[in-house]
Amino acid sequence: MLEIKGLTAEIDGKEILKGIDLTIPQGEVHAVMGPNGAGKSTLSYVLSGREGYEVTGGTATFNGVDILAMEPEERAAAGIFLAFQYPVELPGVGNANFLRTALNSLRRARGEAELDAVQFLKQARAAVKKLAMSEDMLKRNVNVGFSGGEKKRNEILQMTMLAPKLALLDETDSGLDIDALRIVAEGVNASRGPDFSALVITHYQRLLDYIVPDHVHVLADGRIIRSGGPELAKELEAQGYAGIIGEAAEAA
Amino acid sequence: MPAVAETLETVRSVTGSTYKWGFETDLEMDLAPKGLNEDTIRLISDRKGEPEWLLAWRLKAFAMWQKMEEPHWAKPGYPVIDYQDIHYYAAPKKKGSGPKSLDEVDPELLRTYEKLGIPLKEQAILAGVEPGDEERLPMAVDAVFDSVSVATTFRSTLAKAGVIFCSISDAVREYPELVRQYLGSVVPAGDNFFAALNSAVFTDGSFVFIPKGVKCPMELSTYFRINAKNTGQFERTLIIAEDGASVSYLEGCTAPMRDENQLHAAVVELVAMDDAKIKYSTVQNWYPGDSEGRGGIYNFVTKRGACRGARSRISWTQVETGSAITWKYPSCILIGDGSVGEFYSVAVTNNHQMADTGTKMIHIGRNTNSTIIAKTISAGHSDSTYRGLVRMMPKAQNARNFTQCDSLLIGDQCGAHTVPYIESRNPSAKIEHEATTSKIAEDQLFYCRSRGLSQEDAVGLIVNGFCKDVLKELPMEFAVEAQKLLAISLEGSVG
Ligand SMILES: Nc1ncnc2c1ncn2[C@@H]1O[C@H](COP(=O)(O)OP(=O)(O)OP(=O)(O)O)[C@@H](O)[C@H]1O
Ligand SMILES: [Mg+2]
Repeated sequence: MLEIKGLTAEIDGKEILKGIDLTIPQGEVHAVMGPNGAGKSTLSYVLSGREGYEVTGGTATFNGVDILAMEPEERAAAGIFLAFQYPVELPGVGNANFLRTALNSLRRARGEAELDAVQFLKQARAAVKKLAMSEDMLKRNVNVGFSGGEKKRNEILQMTMLAPKLALLDETDSGLDIDALRIVAEGVNASRGPDFSALVITHYQRLLDYIVPDHVHVLADGRIIRSGGPELAKELEAQGYAGIIGEAAEAA
Repeated sequence: MPAVAETLETVRSVTGSTYKWGFETDLEMDLAPKGLNEDTIRLISDRKGEPEWLLAWRLKAFAMWQKMEEPHWAKPGYPVIDYQDIHYYAAPKKKGSGPKSLDEVDPELLRTYEKLGIPLKEQAILAGVEPGDEERLPMAVDAVFDSVSVATTFRSTLAKAGVIFCSISDAVREYPELVRQYLGSVVPAGDNFFAALNSAVFTDGSFVFIPKGVKCPMELSTYFRINAKNTGQFERTLIIAEDGASVSYLEGCTAPMRDENQLHAAVVELVAMDDAKIKYSTVQNWYPGDSEGRGGIYNFVTKRGACRGARSRISWTQVETGSAITWKYPSCILIGDGSVGEFYSVAVTNNHQMADTGTKMIHIGRNTNSTIIAKTISAGHSDSTYRGLVRMMPKAQNARNFTQCDSLLIGDQCGAHTVPYIESRNPSAKIEHEATTSKIAEDQLFYCRSRGLSQEDAVGLIVNGFCKDVLKELPMEFAVEAQKLLAISLEGSVG
């Protein structure tokens, strides 16, 4: 279970998160929507421990453990995975090598045996196939020269291989074609279960037709201003953010 | 702490203590008195039982050296070297003389090489390779300890194929005509200050001769070890590949950690005849000095290959992680029509290390082709310069060069410089040059760490990615070793 209470954070002295309260029980998928610049990516970075994102107040625990004090790699070992809005290129680093290094780092941290090249490749090939990716992607350098959609699929490939307990998906649907969207959603749905939860950041209701969330939250100007069921996404799609932000301001 | 600062911190924590090869072997030594004069040279020549002509050659080189100025043109400056304060000959005392078989080698020496991961046993393969990897061919090793070669393995196996692989001292005794024909033919005794010094006092190194049409049946390698205090090592290596012959040769080197600087001034000459191929790889890991810049090896080296024959090919691949100061420009003289010269280099500097390295490609023949790929990684307070010359001579019709120089900076206390010299005297020649400078980006580190990699593993992965185009040119087992070495040079704890 992810529990965020009164979380505030700043970048370069500028307050971006202004008090986030959000609880995602184990097994649930929550969607976060909100206007550009609202702080959605910031929230995902703060949860995964990016440098420069300074927490100024509040708490965040995962299964009862304070994650804010942990290094990024420790959070990864605890089962948190961030699918980047803008996946990063690693020139000269083979995708398979990267995946195997990552997977074995996690296994080591968890006291599990490392996978040898053969075991790993078997798993990787199966995952690639499931995501309808070409095996070529394993041989290429991490995200280098990948199309926007390929990068997003590669994030999901990593998620599938690393099998996190909590996935933070930051606009994984942007840049995906219709087929890819469906495949990626299937990837997420396949992971769903009592030991998996996800925070899905998106701008589009369409993704939520495939990945039906348990709850939808609206993040605006560093605060969650409204929460509801899947129907909230539909309402937003129809009316935009202006109305909701107005209501929230009146209520405050 | 921001990621980059943390990386710097990690890098700073790398001190001499992470240099795993810094131990000293306690042996009874035969040591020439300190100082350099004609008597020193006579002593060296005498200890090696050399013919008269070679002593004369040395003395002539010494006379030239005395008239030469020590160069101070390169970026790395260094304190004045007192050439009279160095031992020019240091050899473990032998129990009796005569040909060295492995059983006669001092067990203390065998243990030293074992500790260095270089078992001098014929069935053994070089350590540092992960077990379980695919089977590898054995590798022949020439082990040079201070001023002498203490053992050369697989000599008889190689001899069956017609290949000569032995120490240059043995070659002088056993194949004097060959040595006389080629020694100094690529790097003349008076070529430069350090080459002249080397020609006067060179002690040991390897000799390789691959006869016509022979593909050398195994990798050859020489492992250089400086052990004694206050000594210089003056390595001399000569490799000859006759028509259609080919060979892959690798050198490695380490030294104990000491507070004073020590000099390694080598000369390496390669000769490739028609259709011959020489692949020369170096993993240079001399003691780099401590984190304050105390101690370390001065590595002043002249390496040059002559592609004398048509379609001959010489490739230099180097991974330079050690030494306090490195000056080194492995070069190719492309004489034969259609000959090919290649230079692949990774130079890592950390703490207060300085490296000024690069290559010279001299295109003389028609349709000659050269490729230069140089990767420079600087961390700490170190400074690294790529210095390269591409010269197209008037007859080098349709000659081609491609040069790519990439620098990677870790932190903001270090420097990287690229100094390309290009001279074209043939209008049909084509020269391409690309250069980039980058830093390990914070987002790359975070991306890796968010996937579970430690900071150190992330740096190692990114650095190895940066060097991939060069590392893939190394023989497989050394690529693995070089990758580890890169990580160690930059981190201290990754291995
Ligand atoms: N390094 C920085 N310095 C100053 N401001 C920053 C920095 N990084 C992000 N911000 C600001 O923080 C705010 C929140 O950014 P964030 O990326 O979290 O938005 P978002 O909700 O993910 O938007 P989008 O939907 O466009 O992805 C924005 O106003 C952005 O300009
Ligand atoms: Mg965003």
